[in-house]
Amino acid sequence: MNIQSNLRSNSPPRNAGVPLEISWFENIQVNTSAAERRAATLTTRRSVKKEYQAAWLVKALQCIDLTTLAGDDTAGRVHRLCEKAKRPLREDLIEKLGLADAPPKVGAICVYPTMVPHAVKALRGSGIPVASVATGFPAGLTPLSIRLAEIRYAVEEGAEEIDIVINREQVLMQDWSALYDEIAAMRAACGDAHLKAILATGDLKTLRNVYKASMVAMQAGADFIKTSTGKEDVNATLPVSLTMVRALRVYGELTGFQIGFKPAGGLKTAKDAMAWQILMKEELGRRWLEPDLFRIGASSLLSDIERQLEHYLTGRYAALSHHALA
Amino acid sequence: MAKVTDILETMDYGPAPESNTIVKDWLAVHAQGFGHFIGGKFVRSSAKALMDVFNPHDNSVLGRVAQGTAADVDHAVKAARKAFGPWSKLSGFQRAKHLYALARYIQKRERFLSVLETMDNGKTIRESRDIDIPLVARHFYHHAGWAQLRDTEFKGYSPVGVCGQIIPWNFPLLMLAWKIAPALAAGNTVVLKPAEFTPLTALAFAEICSEAGIPDGVVNVVTGAGETGAALVAHKDVDKIAFTGSTEVGKLIRVQTAGSGKKLSLELGGKSPFVIYDDADLDAAVEGVVDAVWFNQGQVCCAGTRLLVQEGIAQKFYTKLKHRMGSLRVGDPLDKSNDMGPLVDPIQLARVTAMVKKGETDGGTLIQAPCKMPDNGNYFAPSLFVDVDTSSSVMREEIFGPVISAMTFRTPEEAVALANHTQYGLAASIWSENINVALDLAARVKAGIVWINSTNLFDAAAGFGGYKESGFGREGGREGMYEYLVADWMKALKVEKHSLLKLISSPRSELRHSAADLIDRTAKLYIGGRQSRPDSGYSYEVVSPKGKALGLAGLGNRKDVRNAVESALKASAWSSGSAHGRAQILYFIAENLAARADEYAKRLVQAGASTRHSKHEVEASLERIFFYAAHADKYDGRIHSTNSKKQTTLAMNEPYGVMGLVCPNENPLLSMISLMMPALAMGNRVVLVAPQSMPFIATDFYQVLDTSDVPDGVVNIVTGTRDELTKTLAEHDEVAAIWYHGDAVGSAMVEKASAGNVKPTWVNDGKRIDWFSAEQGQGYEYLRRATQVKNIWIPYGE
Repeated sequence: MNIQSNLRSNSPPRNAGVPLEISWFENIQVNTSAAERRAATLTTRRSVKKEYQAAWLVKALQCIDLTTLAGDDTAGRVHRLCEKAKRPLREDLIEKLGLADAPPKVGAICVYPTMVPHAVKALRGSGIPVASVATGFPAGLTPLSIRLAEIRYAVEEGAEEIDIVINREQVLMQDWSALYDEIAAMRAACGDAHLKAILATGDLKTLRNVYKASMVAMQAGADFIKTSTGKEDVNATLPVSLTMVRALRVYGELTGFQIGFKPAGGLKTAKDAMAWQILMKEELGRRWLEPDLFRIGASSLLSDIERQLEHYLTGRYAALSHHALA
Repeated sequence: MAKVTDILETMDYGPAPESNTIVKDWLAVHAQGFGHFIGGKFVRSSAKALMDVFNPHDNSVLGRVAQGTAADVDHAVKAARKAFGPWSKLSGFQRAKHLYALARYIQKRERFLSVLETMDNGKTIRESRDIDIPLVARHFYHHAGWAQLRDTEFKGYSPVGVCGQIIPWNFPLLMLAWKIAPALAAGNTVVLKPAEFTPLTALAFAEICSEAGIPDGVVNVVTGAGETGAALVAHKDVDKIAFTGSTEVGKLIRVQTAGSGKKLSLELGGKSPFVIYDDADLDAAVEGVVDAVWFNQGQVCCAGTRLLVQEGIAQKFYTKLKHRMGSLRVGDPLDKSNDMGPLVDPIQLARVTAMVKKGETDGGTLIQAPCKMPDNGNYFAPSLFVDVDTSSSVMREEIFGPVISAMTFRTPEEAVALANHTQYGLAASIWSENINVALDLAARVKAGIVWINSTNLFDAAAGFGGYKESGFGREGGREGMYEYLVADWMKALKVEKHSLLKLISSPRSELRHSAADLIDRTAKLYIGGRQSRPDSGYSYEVVSPKGKALGLAGLGNRKDVRNAVESALKASAWSSGSAHGRAQILYFIAENLAARADEYAKRLVQAGASTRHSKHEVEASLERIFFYAAHADKYDGRIHSTNSKKQTTLAMNEPYGVMGLVCPNENPLLSMISLMMPALAMGNRVVLVAPQSMPFIATDFYQVLDTSDVPDGVVNIVTGTRDELTKTLAEHDEVAAIWYHGDAVGSAMVEKASAGNVKPTWVNDGKRIDWFSAEQGQGYEYLRRATQVKNIWIPYGE
């Protein structure tokens, strides 16, 4: 059985959302010290070596939302990134890994809305979806009508996934109905495109806020919850991620919907990727290692994974210049 | 080799074995068998036969070690004695350099020791690598500091001498460190007996001692089983025994060392509560349970094995816990992805299996982790019992395996009652996000270690040790150092001849007790704030040293002691009240005693003192009361600098509860005050056995107590035959500590009888204290012995 194809046909039903249910989270307790302890020991409790590590890294690669979100992005830059997305590993490595029949591709390309047309063009026929940030990324403080228009624009240009940013003020003020309404409106604007809700956890500060915002985003219909824009001063951390996936698990128990998780920002090394994979497998189960439920927002991570895979296959440490630039 | 494409489907972790090649090579070098490490070198045992040491993962033989005989122990003690002089005379800096070297060498050998520990004990490599061995190094670093500071931080204290140390198999090298580091820091030399199941890291440590240049004879290791330990305990030239192990063996050691003059510390069993309130972070508490009872296969004395969950959230919590059990992995402890390894030995597996079976027969519902279990080796699945209560054996008895038993409570008050409903008092883990709720239980639980929203945190800077039948003495921190030091004044005390006359309790016409022109005064017992006649209905005659009749005193018996303890138990408000309040009452006692100074001086004259001396004794007594009234709110605890950021560790000095105080005959007023006041000042309630030959000093005193607002039951006074009353007190399981001033025979009796509930004792071994001396008759030693240290760990941070 090919799990990949099986998963594609078995992708979970989309989160339909539920009416705002404050009682699901208003009394939530998250002990920061305990979350930090669990996070610190998660990766010391599990170890993945040799061919298993190679496979896990291939899987991590398939979950990457290969991202460029810079003010100097151009059509050329996006094109190069898309080429890398289609062929993230050198052919000889693919061959040696025994993956020539189904060469791995990254999970998606993630760009600003105006870059979407370039990406869509470059990826045509590859099966790799284009994700667009939207809603006044990264601060999310432009008027709602403009934020919604931005979503519609990106979708019209061909984005299949929209990474929205939530309004942090509404979390800090604990204004859950306002937050819910905004995200629900964004979900409606997405149409068939999947919505990833960026919580910008570095701005929310407390783990209780993270939990509550996660729950509201899921109730409002988010398909994924995502940690960070990459622009806050603190990006994805394991304690924050632990808190989010615990919320996600509870939402699943209460509604039956399987929600995806996307850590973003700060995951730079193969080791980082595996730490989050272990988190997913331990807290949520094996199913959450697949790209329909797990993505990693990253730009430089891919090249480290390539180097680690090359080391696994050759026993030698590779230079960055031996791999295609992203 | 598995194919990458296949793994992409299963996404299994795959094998992640830690290499053990280097350890195997080391074991091969020693394939002929290890000797004992005595006087700086390995020597053969006087017994030829060697014992096999097994790997609990597959029960293969790892090596063979010597079975220590009494002759071997004697050899080792002689080596330690010889080394003691020079070692104890080294400067603090010199000893500190040695301990620092040990810390450094342990770090340099950290992976070797981790792998060896895992192979010998069965604990996972994650634990030996990330917890045990780093804590070992940390312990030596910390105590290098105490070696440096001994002379300034413990003025007036000296090392005890030769220490016999017996350690268990659950944390072999860590327990070694907990024993050896403070002993050496204080200037003692040691003979250590590792557990028979797990002697290998101790032997490797012996080699490291040589490498690090520790002087010969300072550290001696004698391997063997129970008989070897018994020989060490029995050895006449051992000054102190430190034992970590079962409560059963601890009690035997208490009995065996009774009257020997050996200093003793016992770190025994536990059945610690793990309390989850309805406002806790339940996911955090689930991980807490994993770290509490599925850590080291549950072979942890302080493991939280009594799960007490607030009823409203119990089902929700059990569901989460059961879900978590689904991802636990059990198997080869050298595999870096396993959560649990095997139990230490087939014997332990059989014991745990039998206890769990009993739990099921008792009606408990057993839930076990669904993980794949290895076919061989001493493996036992992570287990949870529900549908059990305080009548179930699995809720009461220490299992020492990966088994937790759960029951519910309704209110915080009930949580306190259930948490304390045990013979043990080692640790407690408390989960609540409400600081008031958490600290309330922390204050009220009878346990030496309390972890708030955490569990099984350890550090060299904090004391570790129990209340009640979990033993006495602390390991780690400043409080732990005292176990390896003795006050110079105590060392200097001399044994003196005691004569205690047999009491006469029948009428004799030869003695005229009272003058016809005075109204007769009847001295009664004082129990629960009331004067009461002795249960026996007998009185005994009190005569002056010159044979003059002074009157009759009640002949108390065991029932009077029982009633006195009962009253003291009820007076618990004294212990939980404010220190300022206690100080006020002590001052008031002094005030009222001063008003009766003349009366007391007369009594002392009756007891044989000169008029001048009597006045002096009353004056000294008043000053002593003031001394302890002053200390009542000043003998502060500490905040230990434990090795973690965002965490505070409070070391609180807590009263024992009910203390027995047995008064000597000499300087009857001053000695009685010197015992009673520190106990009261620290918040204990006391049952006092009056000076036998001058009981009126005590019986007169209840009028002082009555007029000083001392609450009923805080002080209870029994008169009668000293050692008969003392024996009942020492045997009483509700008496938490006892001080005895009598003869050597009585001292031995007290120590022996105290084994029943492992109460700490302070006996004079027939030695006489100069009660007038400010050095001997009062001070920190009294305050320290009137309290037990509770370490409360409070992580914080948002």
